[in-house]
Amino acid sequence: MKYVDEYRDAARAKALVREIRRIATRPWTMMEVCGGQTHTIVKQGIDEMLPDGVRMIHGPGCPVCVTPLEQVDKALAIAADPAVIFTSYGDMLRVPGSTTDLLSLKARGADVRIVYSPLDALRIAREHPDRQVVFFAIGFETTAPANAMAVWRAAEQGIDNFSVLVSHVLVPPAMEAILSSPSNQVQSFLAAGHVCAVMGWTEYEPLAARYHVPIVVTGFEPLDLLEGILMAIRQLEEGRAEVENQYVRAVRREGNRMAQETIFRVFDVGDRTWRGIGQIPASGYHLKERFQRFDAEHRFRVGDIATREHPACIAGEILQGTKTPLDCTAYGVLCNPQRPLGAPMVSAEGTCAAFHAAGRGLGPVARPLTVLAPVGTPGAGR
Amino acid sequence: MCLGIPGKVIEVRDEGGLAMGRVDFGGVRKDACLAYVPEVKVGDYVIVHVGFAISMVDEDEALRTLELLDQMGDLLQQELATMGPGMTEPAVVDLGPAAAGAPS
Repeated sequence: MKYVDEYRDAARAKALVREIRRIATRPWTMMEVCGGQTHTIVKQGIDEMLPDGVRMIHGPGCPVCVTPLEQVDKALAIAADPAVIFTSYGDMLRVPGSTTDLLSLKARGADVRIVYSPLDALRIAREHPDRQVVFFAIGFETTAPANAMAVWRAAEQGIDNFSVLVSHVLVPPAMEAILSSPSNQVQSFLAAGHVCAVMGWTEYEPLAARYHVPIVVTGFEPLDLLEGILMAIRQLEEGRAEVENQYVRAVRREGNRMAQETIFRVFDVGDRTWRGIGQIPASGYHLKERFQRFDAEHRFRVGDIATREHPACIAGEILQGTKTPLDCTAYGVLCNPQRPLGAPMVSAEGTCAAFHAAGRGLGPVARPLTVLAPVGTPGAGR
Repeated sequence: MCLGIPGKVIEVRDEGGLAMGRVDFGGVRKDACLAYVPEVKVGDYVIVHVGFAISMVDEDEALRTLELLDQMGDLLQQELATMGPGMTEPAVVDLGPAAAGAPS
């Protein structure tokens, strides 16, 4: 596949690893805030190729994982209504709510449908004018242009039986929350390439300057990630803190202007709660007042929902990078991709699912104790 | 769901005022909305997220990135060649016949 295969070339990857090892003279801690990048880093063992002391912390980059429990419970309440066709990206179906998940609800007869694009949800609404069609509009900046377009088209075409349950979050405010935390260990960020393809990277420039952290806009293939890490380490070693772009083939500084215009015609920026992290000011999108009639939270009475997380799940600490799945007593024992306790075990982009898929801390031998993890496994400790 | 993939645009059409198209991802073909990449032509590569093309892939930049990586590989090969058989062993330095009788 063009633009994929050549960025997975082993010889080039080895050259990059050698260069990283050559220039790194000190321990450095970097964070990626993108589930796709986390998946590739763990699957390919990129974090284990890095020199001793240079480590990757996996940030809250999985959109499914950070969708707050309250919104999942609202989705479940709406989907249980027999008048509703509930549509969602497939990843959300197995995310545990307080008592059940969308897939179990579907098995019990609820009309829950997986769609690939929000335009598919809109088509279902057009085809079923007698039913209420609700789309679970979750995600980072990458899904916002699609979700905004669906609402815009619904308004344009008067598809009044369509509504969206919005749970949109934004990357830069989460990065700032991490950087401003007293326990922050992150010295550099790999910024998510596709988030920047939409929004550009001007938002990251004040962050790099204020907190003196290098930020490298990075792609998703193994070579992209290795080059992004190399660029970040080079900045750290030279004492620079700039925004650089590794992913030049897909990202321009200003991003995609047309996509941004549609986003801001439909959404306003407002506070959002992140599952496991809590509320972050101005960290998400809400429908503008004039699109309120397409807001599922307005259309359905779902205001009084009490939520309950599983007590054994440490998803919050994992999402913030202060713990790894190997620190979790439930990982691989009570919690696995077939029976997830928390959202990071559900999506392939979640840190726990990525660790589990790569067999980390599982296997024929007993799960290693965390105190032993740093020995011989750089990047796996804390 | 959040993974964007590059694909080749093989068809561009208008659907009720919305630019749509068909995109080939290494043999798997899917419809995608092309409204956010108005300059796109058949044959161009786009990055598609949840059914929407959000960016065009710049072929020149893609090639340049690979060339830079290759150059780095060459430089490293040259440097490694001067360092002897292995990084873990001391470099073997050929001192020539003049040094042959020197005490080791």
